[in-house]
Amino acid sequence: MPDDDLVIDVQKLNKRFGDKHVVKDLSLSVRRGEIYGFLGPNGSGKTTSIRMLCGLLTPDSGSGTCLGLDVIRDTAAIKREVGYMTQRFSLWEDLNLRENLDFVARMYGMRERRRVVSEALESLGLAAREKQLAGALSGGWKQRLALAACMLHKPRLLLLDEPTAGVDPKARRDFWQAIHRLAADGISVLVSTHYMDEAERCHRLAYIAYGNLLASGTAESIIAEQKLSTWSVSGPGLAALAESLRGQPGVDLVTPFGSTLHVTGRDAQALAATAARHAQQAPQHWERIQPGLEDVFIALMEGVPQT
Amino acid sequence: MNGFSYARWVGIMLKEFIQLKRDRLTFGMIIGIPVMQLLLFGFAINSDPKSLPTAVLSADHSSLARSILAGLRNSGYFRIVRELDSEAEADRLLGDGEVQFVVHIPENFARRVVRGERPALLIEADATDPSATANAVAALGGIGQTALAREFAGTLAPLAHAPDALDIRVHRRFNPEGVTQYNIVPGLLGVILTMTMVLMTGLAMTRERERGTFENLLATPALPIEVMTGKIVPYILIGLVQVSLVLLAAHFIFHVPMHGSLFAVYGVVLLFIAANLTLGITFSTLARNQLQAMQMTFFFFLPSILLSGFMFPFRGMPGWAQVIGNLLPLTHFLRLVRGILLKGSGAAELWPDVWPLGLFMLVVLGAGLKLYRRTLD
Repeated sequence: MPDDDLVIDVQKLNKRFGDKHVVKDLSLSVRRGEIYGFLGPNGSGKTTSIRMLCGLLTPDSGSGTCLGLDVIRDTAAIKREVGYMTQRFSLWEDLNLRENLDFVARMYGMRERRRVVSEALESLGLAAREKQLAGALSGGWKQRLALAACMLHKPRLLLLDEPTAGVDPKARRDFWQAIHRLAADGISVLVSTHYMDEAERCHRLAYIAYGNLLASGTAESIIAEQKLSTWSVSGPGLAALAESLRGQPGVDLVTPFGSTLHVTGRDAQALAATAARHAQQAPQHWERIQPGLEDVFIALMEGVPQT
Repeated sequence: MNGFSYARWVGIMLKEFIQLKRDRLTFGMIIGIPVMQLLLFGFAINSDPKSLPTAVLSADHSSLARSILAGLRNSGYFRIVRELDSEAEADRLLGDGEVQFVVHIPENFARRVVRGERPALLIEADATDPSATANAVAALGGIGQTALAREFAGTLAPLAHAPDALDIRVHRRFNPEGVTQYNIVPGLLGVILTMTMVLMTGLAMTRERERGTFENLLATPALPIEVMTGKIVPYILIGLVQVSLVLLAAHFIFHVPMHGSLFAVYGVVLLFIAANLTLGITFSTLARNQLQAMQMTFFFFLPSILLSGFMFPFRGMPGWAQVIGNLLPLTHFLRLVRGILLKGSGAAELWPDVWPLGLFMLVVLGAGLKLYRRTLD
């Protein structure tokens, strides 16, 4: 029996395209009312995973449920219950806003279509522009329209594939506020993203790279699990310093962060010694900091050897 | 400085070559279309059709009659396929399009020639397509002369050379004046429908794919059969408007006769539209973008025009080309619409060309549904 509180519960999903193994043994569980962040570099299999969850792709192997429905057999039922927002804007640019929403409402066989569509336009704040063609909207508005479209049939689970790519910070913040409101209403959200600030807004996270699930849990637990130690270096001549630091004892990663340099390693003692030596000899200022999600993910992505 | 840069120019040219190489379908078309044209124009098309099926209704079994039939055969234009017993049968065969000519040899034919009564040798021709019969008809005079020369030697020799020893009468059925437009204008109906129906639906689905909206459509609960048939309906209406325009022009401008029922015309038009639309939808499930859909349409359109009997007489083509022609919906549609308009054909005459259209549609629809990927993989 599937756990009643899990909206997504899949084990060992696999997908190959030709000889490319895009998703390897993916196991995920997302709880009701949870915002679940899905992270990973480009081409890591995030979109393929999401498409398998919403019935657009059939997994080659594996099993599991989405909203209690079998991801292999019940794809038709899953499509009715899930709201899926594609990575690329996929509403009809040559239809106006009302026509787009009306079409989607018809596809889901909704009753009181006119009222539902009007309410959606109203809550979007787009009621006055309902006659405007979707293609004429700016990126931020397109994304809000797309969210409204996939919420129209009142799904219990939202699958959002990089919803905020190419959207300005204000619109992104508004978008996340909307997502949190939905989650508070009991709607579960699986959202893929590249932005660390967005990842930190999620209740739990999964990080996948090259088809493998590398880490999952809350942001804090992922950071703690990786047992990294990170130093922030500030001062002059950082570019040259970065070059000379590579390969030194304890240093696994050197990453520029704005006007500082983050130096990260797994061996805290060796790194501390290196830091102390540099702090004495060179003009830069060294300070040990708590590693952030970004440090952890870059470490994961670069394949820093696990201890 | 903004002078012509040879390096830039080479770069652009190379990029074009690389992209051309990647687009296999376009590359295939570049090779395939000339080859197809070469084969079709070189081997299949013949504007001087020979060996046309001919039936004989003979009431005279003299050696002169036999000689005339032999002459018809030897000319290469006539292939005698049936000996008939009645006028009714002759009418039916011509109406069905089973034979192109019916040769009537009257009673006491040879005797009346000898008496100098100038008996009539009646040749009924299915003249819906005037160009299909023109050369055969032109050869008739010579055939008569040769037969007479062979039969009448010695004392009767002067008869053989008399220019009017017999009266060869050609009765052009269904299109007495041999007006080319009567044949072309109904045919255009089919050509226009083939072009627009296949192309427009072909583009309709690939457009969704190209713009990324296809994924959205797939994510909804919509079923393949709903998407395919739902997308077809608007184009059926467009097709009907086109047909009505052509029919109006046919009537008021070209004065094409209308012997059959308008109801039957719209009936076969609907069937033909449906067949073409299913093909268009199937193309669009195969094509990755709109350009490919257009190329596939062209690849289908070319043989449709050349092998269907629209531009060149169907019976002039070699057997293999007729087999291909019979697989194309346009071939059957042309026979149907010309039959209805010019011959006044009814259900019985139409059926042999109705079922191939229906079958074509079912087969293509089945293939299309199978190809339509409900999932993206």
